[in-house]
Amino acid sequence: MANKRVDEATNTETVGHEWDGIEELNTPLPRWWLWSFYACIVFAIGYSIAYPAWPLVHKATAGVLGWTSRGQLDQELKEAAAERAKTVAALKDMPIEQLPEHPELMHAAVAGGEAAFKVNCVQCHGAGAAGSNGFPNLNDDDWLWGGDLKTIETTLIHGVRQPGDDQTRMSQMPAFGRDGLLTASQIQDVTSFVLSLSGREKASAASQRGKVAFEANCAVCHGPDGKGSRQFGAPNLADAIWLYAGTREAVASQIGNPRHGVMPAWGTRLDPVTIKMLAAYVHSRGGGEEFTPPPVAETQAEATTAAE
Amino acid sequence: MNKPEPIKPEDQPIGLYAKREPVFNRRIDGKFRRLKWAIMVICLGIYWITPWIRWDRGPYAPNQAVLVDLAHRRFYMFSIEIWPQEFYFVAGLLIMAGIGLFLVTSAVGRAWCGYSCPQTVWTDLFQHVDRLFDGDRNARMRLYKAPWGPAKIARRLAKWSVYLAISFATGGAWIFYFADAPTLQHAFWTGTAPAVAYATTFVLTMTTFVLGGFMREQVCIYMCPWPRIQTAMLDEKSLLVTYKDWRGEPRGSVKKAEKNPGQFGDCIDCNQCVAVCPTGIDIREGPTIGCITCALCIDACDRVMKETGRPRGLIDYATLEDSEREKAGQPPTRHLKLIWRPRTILYFVVWASIGLGLLFMLGTRVHTDLTVAKDRNPPYILLSDGSVRNAYTLRLRNMEGRPRQMEIAIEDLPGAKMWTEDMAMEQATRALTRMVPADETQSVRVYVVAPANTASQEFEFKLQAVGDAREKDETEVQFDAPEGQ
Repeated sequence: MANKRVDEATNTETVGHEWDGIEELNTPLPRWWLWSFYACIVFAIGYSIAYPAWPLVHKATAGVLGWTSRGQLDQELKEAAAERAKTVAALKDMPIEQLPEHPELMHAAVAGGEAAFKVNCVQCHGAGAAGSNGFPNLNDDDWLWGGDLKTIETTLIHGVRQPGDDQTRMSQMPAFGRDGLLTASQIQDVTSFVLSLSGREKASAASQRGKVAFEANCAVCHGPDGKGSRQFGAPNLADAIWLYAGTREAVASQIGNPRHGVMPAWGTRLDPVTIKMLAAYVHSRGGGEEFTPPPVAETQAEATTAAE
Repeated sequence: MNKPEPIKPEDQPIGLYAKREPVFNRRIDGKFRRLKWAIMVICLGIYWITPWIRWDRGPYAPNQAVLVDLAHRRFYMFSIEIWPQEFYFVAGLLIMAGIGLFLVTSAVGRAWCGYSCPQTVWTDLFQHVDRLFDGDRNARMRLYKAPWGPAKIARRLAKWSVYLAISFATGGAWIFYFADAPTLQHAFWTGTAPAVAYATTFVLTMTTFVLGGFMREQVCIYMCPWPRIQTAMLDEKSLLVTYKDWRGEPRGSVKKAEKNPGQFGDCIDCNQCVAVCPTGIDIREGPTIGCITCALCIDACDRVMKETGRPRGLIDYATLEDSEREKAGQPPTRHLKLIWRPRTILYFVVWASIGLGLLFMLGTRVHTDLTVAKDRNPPYILLSDGSVRNAYTLRLRNMEGRPRQMEIAIEDLPGAKMWTEDMAMEQATRALTRMVPADETQSVRVYVVAPANTASQEFEFKLQAVGDAREKDETEVQFDAPEGQ
């Protein structure tokens, strides 16, 4: 410590060390700074006692306050559920046909339905509800069983061809080829006729022959003009939408050896409120039928404000 | 092996930590002191009065002149209303404030520190409270050294409660910038204000109490980054409070100087410059980080020079360059020339162009805005008649304080029609009119349907406020259709 001296340029004392001519000035730190450092240490000790802190072999110390991130999540979920309870209760008591008269409930139902859809329905109908081959697109204006709120709800509750549900949507197109009801050439003729209905193929001798077979075998469900019947769940064959593609092969295959898709009866799996929400969501995708405009214009603005 | 030398007192390791030297600055009057008073009154006045100024914006917007409405994400400043997406105005103002600090520093040195920094203003205020309760410098020193007894405790408690009252007024005023001031004031006193209002008030009261009442110059010396930045910005052309040592040294009392004429400088070593300093430095040691250039030592020294019949300005605002010039007997640079130099001009030009740019944008901005988000899953929907539907979420922004009719139209998509989620498909039209509430964004889901065989292409949504041709916006979006159509 003998080398301690006052540096001329800065008029500051050095700490007395020297390494190869490099010295250190002693600019003392304010004492309160040291205290604030100690205060932080004290706080840290207090914190590590109050909250989970020290990792041990199997788990960390719990902390005397008993706080856990999982507990906080549970708490927040409970609070969210409590907030939703009023909406859920209102939805429970309301027949779905009356839902459009209550725009804010409708709004909540559509939002809830979107969430439920992503859990239960996207596996078959896709994230955007656009369906795929064999799974109906729920956005369009073509419905096998009907597209108003009540009908969608019924389809959801009882499913399609769900074994064990006596109210399920049941349609069973005969396997005209497999069961030998039509010959192979007849099937080709009927295919030509069906494709001519939507203008996919031009009318021909084959389609003329097919028309006769169609009227004898198919018109009872699909109607003489092929426009289908929701009573039997028979698809409209004269439009642009095809459940199993509109190619010649696909149509012929469906006549000869039809596939019959199944949708679960969600009434046994989901609670009635969730089903109402799902129906409202599906109805809101742009193809919903028997559309009723919301009664008051202002509610739209309110909903927008609330959503902001 | 030598016997270890006995440790001498001067070899004791000096402390690594220093106790704060209390500052008892003496009262002084003078032109800079009066300037400081004026600036203090203006700054505190602006701070305390601003939230209470009313400004009529019609029935749909708050009537507080300056309001940061965090809940509704609006920033109101007199006739200007800023939405979150226009935050660049605030960013621009902050950049202007930063460059403004540079400009001030290069033109007049640490004037910000000396006069208008909140830390300086509140420290100054608290030091006046000290003076009011404990008397001037000497009385305060005596009281500081006096042992703690009932009288001292009583005086300290009284003073600290005034500190607290000022701090509370300071912290409490802050929250009025974020909500309607009269309403919040009422709610605050009736205990119904939001918890965040009380928490903010408490935190700011305590920071004011501690920083203004006790930390004072320690904030400037140890905590604030601005003095450190300024040290890098100052040069020989910067205005500093300067002790003209060539004129003052060697120091000697008036008596000594009379006895030995010509041997002593003008400084009579009366220590008045040290006594009045609010940060407790000795300006005669040259520029230091502790000097906030409040110029009170100039006031003090000028008075002493006048009393002893010497010319004023032994301590004065001067640049290092000027000090050298004066020392050599040359006249000082003219004041204007000190300020008017390339650096300050450059800062000013940058500062002013940002300001003009902001004003231009403010003057030409449109209060109507349209953003469109397309549904991407599914990208399109084939309808039963073969036509193709796409869905879009339109956000119509009405940034005016009144509800407005807005017309949405489709441009460049032949045969296309649209309807919204609250209309039936049969009502589809080429153009829709919506009533957008005042100062709101309305979200509308729009279905656009184009005839069969329409190819994928781009088209435009046009938004036009009804009755005001200037208020419009357009957005180009994609229309998707099945391939091969």
